Amino acid sequence: MRVALFVTCLVDMMRPRIGFAAIRLLEAAGCEVVVPETQTCCGQPAFNSGDRASAAKLAKKVIAEFEAHEYIVAPSGSCADQIRNEYPGLLADEPEWHRRALAFCPRVFELTDFLTRVAQPAELPGGFRGSITYHDSCAGLRSLGIKEQPRALLAQLPGVELREMPGAEECCGFGGTFSVKFGEISAAIAEKKCANACTTNADAIVGGDLGCLLNIEGKLRRMGDEKTRVLHVAEVLAGDR
Amino acid sequence: MQIRSMFFKANASAALANPVLQGNLRTSKGKFVDKRRAAVADFEAEGGDFEAMRAAAAEVRNLVLKDLDLWLEKFESAATARGATVLWAKDGEEICRHVVDIARRHSVRKAVKSKSMLSEEAGLNQALEASNVQPVETDLGEYILQINDNEPPSHIIAPVIHKSLDEVADLFEKTHRKPRKTEIPELTREAREALRAHFLDADMGISGGNFLVAETGSVALVTNEGNGRMVTTLPRVHVVVTGIEKVIPTLEDLSLLLRVLIRSATGQHISNYVSLLTGVKRPDEHDGPEHLYYILVDNGRADLVGSQFQDMLRCIRCGACMNHCPVYQTIGGHAYGWVYPGPMGSVLTPLYNGLDKAIDLPHAATLCNQCGVVCPVKIPLPELLRKLREQQVEKNLRPWLERVAIKGWAWVAGKPKLYALGTWFGVRYLNWLAGGKNRIGVLGAAPEWTLGRDFPAPEGKTFRELYSTRRR
Ligand code: SF4
Repeated sequence: MRVALFVTCLVDMMRPRIGFAAIRLLEAAGCEVVVPETQTCCGQPAFNSGDRASAAKLAKKVIAEFEAHEYIVAPSGSCADQIRNEYPGLLADEPEWHRRALAFCPRVFELTDFLTRVAQPAELPGGFRGSITYHDSCAGLRSLGIKEQPRALLAQLPGVELREMPGAEECCGFGGTFSVKFGEISAAIAEKKCANACTTNADAIVGGDLGCLLNIEGKLRRMGDEKTRVLHVAEVLAGDR
Repeated sequence: MQIRSMFFKANASAALANPVLQGNLRTSKGKFVDKRRAAVADFEAEGGDFEAMRAAAAEVRNLVLKDLDLWLEKFESAATARGATVLWAKDGEEICRHVVDIARRHSVRKAVKSKSMLSEEAGLNQALEASNVQPVETDLGEYILQINDNEPPSHIIAPVIHKSLDEVADLFEKTHRKPRKTEIPELTREAREALRAHFLDADMGISGGNFLVAETGSVALVTNEGNGRMVTTLPRVHVVVTGIEKVIPTLEDLSLLLRVLIRSATGQHISNYVSLLTGVKRPDEHDGPEHLYYILVDNGRADLVGSQFQDMLRCIRCGACMNHCPVYQTIGGHAYGWVYPGPMGSVLTPLYNGLDKAIDLPHAATLCNQCGVVCPVKIPLPELLRKLREQQVEKNLRPWLERVAIKGWAWVAGKPKLYALGTWFGVRYLNWLAGGKNRIGVLGAAPEWTLGRDFPAPEGKTFRELYSTRRR
């Protein structure tokens, strides 16, 4: 099975190891992974800021770069949702592009969703030992139905103890550009998320979207918590460095 | 009501810095959410399908909006046949003019009111006072606000949710000049005593309306305190002020909508009172008003019909979207600066008052969609907020720096080589800022981020660089 990895712009810049972890996981599931070199961003910041024209341009770019591949996988529910669910509407006025979007979008998956529903690896490379609590990121949870997928995968690792936090499905306050437009509100929401997560005393807070994780990590550190780790689910599943 | 939405950001900062408000928000947080969840679970345990009911409720509302004028005409003729007078108001000013005229015609000196958000939109109380009619709010929450120097509500169904018991106790002691009470039942009793006299000598009752039933010409009122009953039956004159979008076809539809509305709002299976009021007092009846007026208000609603925002008119004012909104729950309702707070308010305020009057509101959301998945009539609130953002961009209403930043980012992202170069520099710059630590305390490029949290440092190199060197 040939899979093209959509790295996402945040992983590209901030946490390349998540991209490599995703590759390891996909390969462990027997996929042949390609990483189209010219990829950049899915266009979500422009889309959510109301700049539809820019978002549509980037949508076309992503489709052109990736449509030759059987499956497209992103280690982010938010980017996968943007591509899978928003591209067709974004290109609705251009019949040819709309047709291409409709053919392309159903093949785009979030990583844990792809691993559980399509690739189904018999064994995972990860050997993480410790307790974790899982933050359900909004777009993945509410637009793609990602809830059990990461938990099912984590359950395959014998060393992982999952401790659910209260309000796991509540927004962490990141919200993309919201986090830099309304920094104070965003950080205040993050504080509640951190407080909820910390009630579990877990060794690590784990999630599937780097935006949320940077938000949570940034807040935890500012609150003086130096020990709780904040990890992407791919890092946990693919092995702790 | 004066609109203060352009000060959203400053209002929000003040709310975050207000320890009393923050304490009250913490106390109230989650109560409505838990109750709604339990009500939905009960409903499903009894074999109901809540999702199917939401879909059906949305469909009824859509059906009405498709032919809104026809349903309104139907309502008008049914209501008129039962002795009511139907008046139309295009804006707040016209609402006030109608009500003041009616008051004059019937020599009204005192009007008791049950909750009506539209009278908030119109600033009706001030208009009545100016015409020597004393308005008395009788919904407990609205009463508290009125005696607190006409403070605006902070929630559409729980207008004083931002207040603590202590604050209310202080206010009652000061206003009623009686020994301070601290228990809710005692406070309620004291308010009742104060209100009873008003009910008895009011000449006019003013209420809102949850639904207008076209087939019977009735108005349905959903309340928990019973004050709605008194307001609509004791005085000689009853005036209903409500929006034109509140009409629904039949009583059958009413029963469906009540089931979703009440569970979504308070988590009750049914509210303490549901009143269905039809026509004036008939000769063989003992109570009810001699004169009944409907003031059906446009105030921006008709323009939404057929527009890309028509979905918003389905709203049945349950408040679930704000109860589930992380932003509302963190800053409270006053920060939004007008009658309607939370996600529905962030859509309605700019639509009813002008995009430029509420420039921040469509952006004051993380687009988490916690609202959209609970809305009983399936309004895609995040999508509507995004559409408002698009209109702001089209009309050049956003700050230029933001426009340049977004356009610039998108432009660079369209040019892979330039993008690779930009990110190469970007991560090195961030690492330099971090100065060997794993975080950045002050981020010049996005100062808002680091107001209340650190920015984690990047790993060091971009994925792109590492991948091209590691590739087998
Ligand atoms: S938008 Fe939906 S959830 Fe919000 S008040 Fe209206 S009906 Fe209720």
